[in-house]
Amino acid sequence: MSRLIATRRLASNLFVPRLATRTFCTDAPTKLNEVPSGSQFNKESKEDEGFMNDVPQHDIAIVGGGMVGMALACSLASMPLTKHLSIAIIDSNPALSNRPVIKKDDPPDPRVSTVTPATISLFKDIGAWEYVEQHRHAYFDKMQVWDYTGFGYTRYNARDADKDVLGCVVENKVLHKSLLSSLQNKDFNNTIYSTRLSSISLPTRSSVSSAGASVSSPSSKNLANLAKLDLSDGTSLYAKLVVGADGSKSRVRELAGIKTTGWNYSQSAVICTVEHPMENFCAWQRFLPAGPIALLPIGDNFSNIVWTMSPKDASNHKIMNEDDFVVAVNHALDSGYGPRPESRVFGGDVISSFFRPDVTSSAHERFEPPPKVVKLASDRMAFPLSLMHANQYVSKRVVLIGDAAHTVHPLAGQGVNMGYGDVSSLSNVIADGIAVGSDIGEVTLLKKYESDRKAANIAMMAVLDGFQKAYSVDFGPVNILRAAAFNGANVFAPLKKNIISYASGEFKLPFLS
Amino acid sequence: MSRRMFSRSLYSLQYLSRSGGFSPHNSSINPNSKHTVLAAFGRFLHVRPYATTPQPSASASSLNQTELAKFAAIADSWWDAEGPFKPLHIMNPTRLAFLRSTLCRHFGKDPFSARPFEGLKFVDVGCGGGILSEPLARMGASVTGIDAVEKNIKIARLHADLDPIASSIEYRCTTAENLVEEQMKFDAVIALEVIEHVADPAEFCKSLSTLTVSNGATIISTINRSMRAYATAIIAAEYILHWLPKGTHQWSSFLTPEELVLILQRASISVEEMAGFAYNPLTGQWSLTDNIGVNFIAFGIKNSQ
Repeated sequence: MSRLIATRRLASNLFVPRLATRTFCTDAPTKLNEVPSGSQFNKESKEDEGFMNDVPQHDIAIVGGGMVGMALACSLASMPLTKHLSIAIIDSNPALSNRPVIKKDDPPDPRVSTVTPATISLFKDIGAWEYVEQHRHAYFDKMQVWDYTGFGYTRYNARDADKDVLGCVVENKVLHKSLLSSLQNKDFNNTIYSTRLSSISLPTRSSVSSAGASVSSPSSKNLANLAKLDLSDGTSLYAKLVVGADGSKSRVRELAGIKTTGWNYSQSAVICTVEHPMENFCAWQRFLPAGPIALLPIGDNFSNIVWTMSPKDASNHKIMNEDDFVVAVNHALDSGYGPRPESRVFGGDVISSFFRPDVTSSAHERFEPPPKVVKLASDRMAFPLSLMHANQYVSKRVVLIGDAAHTVHPLAGQGVNMGYGDVSSLSNVIADGIAVGSDIGEVTLLKKYESDRKAANIAMMAVLDGFQKAYSVDFGPVNILRAAAFNGANVFAPLKKNIISYASGEFKLPFLS
Repeated sequence: MSRRMFSRSLYSLQYLSRSGGFSPHNSSINPNSKHTVLAAFGRFLHVRPYATTPQPSASASSLNQTELAKFAAIADSWWDAEGPFKPLHIMNPTRLAFLRSTLCRHFGKDPFSARPFEGLKFVDVGCGGGILSEPLARMGASVTGIDAVEKNIKIARLHADLDPIASSIEYRCTTAENLVEEQMKFDAVIALEVIEHVADPAEFCKSLSTLTVSNGATIISTINRSMRAYATAIIAAEYILHWLPKGTHQWSSFLTPEELVLILQRASISVEEMAGFAYNPLTGQWSLTDNIGVNFIAFGIKNSQ
C-alpha cells in the first residue's frame, strides 16, 4: 500500500495540468493510464486484462466530495476491514485538489453546521476532529428557546442529559478541510476525479445469462457486473458501488431512477455571520410569527444567524443596508414583537411543583436575553426551505447518503448530522459485508443500511416538519398550547432529557431499539 | 462433549430411506448396496447425490437426467437475491460470520483483515451456484467448489467470472468421494445444508474427514430432527411461507446435534463448537444463537494421527 501514498501525492500535484489537457482536447481524451497519476491502479491488472484497462476500476465511486462524501471516504479509510478499498471521488470542486488554507483571522463563513455529540464522536473515530479543533469552532452547553408571545421559554443545559456539551458549531469549510486533511494523512487508495458525472450504466438483472451469451474475453465479463460511470470530461470508470453524496439535486439519484417525496415551504432562510460585544456559549432560538430566528455561537465574538421568513422578506433583508439589518436582527431576537418571558405565565410554578422531584437544575434558570448584535460580519445569503425524502436509499450498485437521500430545512441544524449518521451506518454495513465476503454492491447488503437509516431519518424529518408546522401558525390557542409545551419541556426532566438526546443524535425510539 | 447422546441407533441412520417420492432413481440404484445414492435434493432445490464409498458408478454420470433438467431450469435464479433462493441469501452472511470467527481462531488469522483466509485451501462440498464459495474466495481462501449437478457448476462458473477475485475458484462437477479417490486434501472442508440430503451421513462424514488435513477443520450445517424443526423447516418454510418447494426436506432424515457429533467422532473429527441459527421474522434477518433446536452448524477439527 505504500505506493499509494506516493500515487496520491503525485495525483494532487498532477491533477490540475492533466485536467487542463482534457478540457482543451475533448476530441482526443487523455487515457488515464498514460498519465502517471492515475495509472498505478491500472498497471497492476494490465497484464492479465489487456485493453480493457483504459478504463480504471474502483471498489467504490463516491459522487460528490462535499462534507458527507469526504466523511465516508475518511470513515472507510479508518476501518481495518475497509481501508484496502480503492475509492474514486468525483467532484469538480477545486478545493479537493488545491486545498485552500483557512486563515484563523478571517471572519467566519456564514455556512455553518451545528454538529451533535454523535457527529463529534464520528469525527474523532475517523481522525478528523483534531483538525477541527485547530480551527475556529464553538462548543455550546446551553440552549434557550422561546416564543415571541412571551408565554414560554425553555433553557436546556448539557448537564440535564449528563453531557459536557450540547453540540458544536463549525464552519462547513472547516469540517470539509478537516476531513480532507485526515484523509491525506491516511494510507488509503483514493483518486480524485475533478469533473462531473454525466451518466451511469448499471448491470442488468440477468447479468449471469448475458455474460454467458456473449463470447467475450474474460475481462469484459468481469466488467459486465459493475457500474460504469461516464464523466463529463469524456473519461469513464467502473465501480462495484456508486455512492450518491451529491446533494439535494443528486444526479446519481436521478440516473438511478429513484423517486422522491417532498414539498417546499413558502419560506426562506437568511444566513449570515454577526458580531457581538462578548463571546457567546449558548444557542438561542426565538420563534417569530414568520418563523424562527437562531443565533448560534461560532467562536470569538461571532455568531451565526439562521433566520426563517417569507421569500419576499428574505430578499429584502438580503439587500437592505447593513445598519438597518443589524437593527432588524436585534428587533427579531429580543426587542421586537412581544415581551420577554420574564416570568412563566401559565403557572410554571404550579407545574414544577407537580414534578418537584424531577425538576432539573436548569428549570430554575431564569430567562436570559440574547447577546446584542453590533455588526454584520459576512455576506447575507438566502435559501428557500424545502423537505425532500428519497423513496429508496439503495438500488443495485447504488446507494444515496446525506442530502441526496433526505433534505430538511435548517431549523435545528440536523441536516448534516443526519448525513453523518448515514456515513457511520453505511461504512459499518460495508465493513460487515466485507467481513463475510459479500459483494459490496449487492442490494441485500445495502438494504441493511437503508433499514437502519430510513426509520431514523424519517422520524427526525417528521419532528422537524412538525416543529415547522407548529410554528408557522400564529393563532392564539395554538400559541398557548405551544407555550404550555415549552413549559412542560422545561420542567419535566425525563422529557427534556429525551429532547436533548434526540437533538444530540443519540436518540433511540423505543420501538426501534 | 458432555452432550447427552441419543440412543438412536447409528446403524439405522445408514438405512434412512428417502427414495419414496423419487422412483425414477430406483432404476439406477443397487438396492443391496448401502453405498448407493438413493436420492437427494441438494441445498434446497437441486439433486445432490453422494456415493458413500469411492465407487465410480455412483458419480454424477449416474444421475437421473430428467431430474437434472428439472432443477437446471431454475438454476439460473441461484443469484437472484429476491428469487427462490432468497432465504439462503439472507442466511448466508450469518453462516459466513460463524465460519469467519471459528476459522480465524483455529488458524490464528487476523479477524480484522479483509482477506484472513489467504494461503488456506477450502473445499465447498455441494456448492450449488457458488453463493458460499464466492464470499470465501473474497475472504482470501483458495476455494474448490464441487457439486454433482453440472448445471449448478456452470452457473457458478459463469457468475464467478463476473468478479476477478471469484474467478479464481475452481468449480468441478464431482462428489466428495471422487475427491477422496484423487487424494485431495484441504485445510477446511465445508458442507453446509448438505448432509440431510445424503444417503449415508456416516460414510459422508468419513469422506469429509479424509479430505481434511490433519488438524484441519470440518464444518457441517444442517437441520435438527426436532419437533420445532418439523414445524419451522418443513411446515412453515415449505407449506406456509413457500420458501422451499414441498418435499425439499424429509424430517426423518434430519440428524440431531448429538448424532452428528457422534458420527463425526467416529470419523476422527472432534466437534469443538456448535451454534444455532435463529430467524427473526420482524427484522427478516438470521442471527447466531445458542439454541440448536432447528438450524445448527458444527465446527470440528480433524484429529492428528
